Amino acid sequence: MDLQIALLLAQDGLTNGAIYVLLALALVLVFAVTRVIFIPQGEFVAFGALTLAAFDNGKLPGTVWLLLGGAALVLLVEAVAARRERNNQRLARALLFYGLLPAVVAGAAWWAAALKLALPVQIALSLAIVVPMGPILYRLAFQPLAEASVLVLLIVSVAVHLALAGLGLFFFGAEGSRTPAFSEAMLKFGEINVSGQSLWVYGSSAVLILALYVFFSRSLYGKALVATAVNRTGARLMGIRTSMAGGLAFTLAAAIGAFSGILIAPITTIFYDTGFIIGLKGFVGAIVGGLASYPVAAGGALLVGLIESYASFWASAFKEVIVFTLIIPVLLWRSLTTHHIEEDE
Amino acid sequence: MNRQAMDCLVEPILTVRGLKVSYGKVAALHHVDLTVGAGQIVTVIGSNGAGKTTLLSAIMGLLPSDGKIEFAGECHARVEVEDMVVRGLTLVPEKRELFASMSVEDNLRLGGFARFAAGKRGHETAMAEVFQRFPRLNERRTQLAGTLSGGERAMLALGRALMARPKLLMLDEPSLGLAPLIVREIFHIIADLRDTGTAILLVEQNARAALQVADYGYVLETGDVLIEGPAFELADNPKIAESYLGIKSAT
Repeated sequence: MDLQIALLLAQDGLTNGAIYVLLALALVLVFAVTRVIFIPQGEFVAFGALTLAAFDNGKLPGTVWLLLGGAALVLLVEAVAARRERNNQRLARALLFYGLLPAVVAGAAWWAAALKLALPVQIALSLAIVVPMGPILYRLAFQPLAEASVLVLLIVSVAVHLALAGLGLFFFGAEGSRTPAFSEAMLKFGEINVSGQSLWVYGSSAVLILALYVFFSRSLYGKALVATAVNRTGARLMGIRTSMAGGLAFTLAAAIGAFSGILIAPITTIFYDTGFIIGLKGFVGAIVGGLASYPVAAGGALLVGLIESYASFWASAFKEVIVFTLIIPVLLWRSLTTHHIEEDE
Repeated sequence: MNRQAMDCLVEPILTVRGLKVSYGKVAALHHVDLTVGAGQIVTVIGSNGAGKTTLLSAIMGLLPSDGKIEFAGECHARVEVEDMVVRGLTLVPEKRELFASMSVEDNLRLGGFARFAAGKRGHETAMAEVFQRFPRLNERRTQLAGTLSGGERAMLALGRALMARPKLLMLDEPSLGLAPLIVREIFHIIADLRDTGTAILLVEQNARAALQVADYGYVLETGDVLIEGPAFELADNPKIAESYLGIKSAT
């Protein structure tokens, strides 16, 4: 291996690594706030990419029906709850967020599908369709179980992943899709060429991470999320609803997942089940950070990207095996260095 | 009626009637009646395990209960903690429940979250008032809450609760585990809060200090109200003096 190949592999690894960083951050966030190990994260990656691909082909993406169906279910649940409480305000909110808003998004998607609008518009529409599925998922599957143990939440998480993967196959079929690159530019840095898409990935990831940092350190809602993660009872006593924090965490995770999918769709062919493997690699990164530390999780995820890239050069048949084997020494090291804390029941 | 027994007739902010709380088959509170008037300081004293913390938790909505709880003119069968906070009830729990890995300033800011979410402003004024009341917190504003001393934590818990500008502040053992000098400071602050018009429901094992600062008092024993009355009467009651204030009644 000469320097040029090494640099090329590094570029590849960093591009994928940047995506894993985003997913790892989302996983840590969701776990810290809701104690859910968010396995369906990968489905959001696939749905984001495939929704954009459908728009690119001038078709109405199937995720629109998923959005409408999910929103209708939440509307039903919320309407029943609001009726029982005789709370008209809650009913009005549900009608707005789970009735009117999804309908508007679906209408816009239906109108835009055949038009083949500019790429930024398609991306915005794809996000508008996929991101609301985060809070919908939380409301339907996890909010009723807010007090359940981590294990129960994990099992539900696996079930949700399987259900969404099945729906992905139903809506998008078994064929993979690729979307056009954000930019066709090729930049020459000395020896190596860097594709414009890679730069987009680096830039967008950096901006997104910075935005998350500002959100958590500056805005009161961001701090409320941190507070819920630090001390749930304390947060409730301040009027911070666990359900609000959970819904917000799932919204952010869905946005990060869908956007990651949109970023890599021009680089790799995405199938309905590709997201799962991508999400798992983000999970390996999150595990390095003990599902608790954001910076360590980000570093771990970047490392996963690099190891994967070099492994695919030396032993391409074993690249997944090598990446996932990484989790064993990490777990060993963590179990030796950290003290086990019993979960509060 | 309690209200007639009170010194001055004030609008009640909190009325509890026939409150019953059980942990499984074990009843922690049997039948508790309690009233707090607007702007009053009311104390509930009693020994360990009398059900004081249970009482506050039930009023706050942290525990399911039977009976009637009427707060700020609204009656509700199924209370949720977050709804009570929005309506103006704030609890400072015995364990304080601070956000240990966050700064003093962030803890205080989050104290005003319910008001912020409701679109009310005036965060900075509230913060300035808290810092004026607790200059120590101002000195420590960037320090993490988990690194504070016990007294400072008690102050931060109080300050954080005040950020919500509650109509009724419930304090669960605010002096627990503190040095005598700090305890005196805390009770001074509680007495000062009278001027803000905030009603206070104070639960204490330190009965002497609590009765000194309060207008009205209840003595809770194994889930029932044993005696109630104006605080000075309770303090002079020989039976209470003997069991709770550690004074032998003169023979």
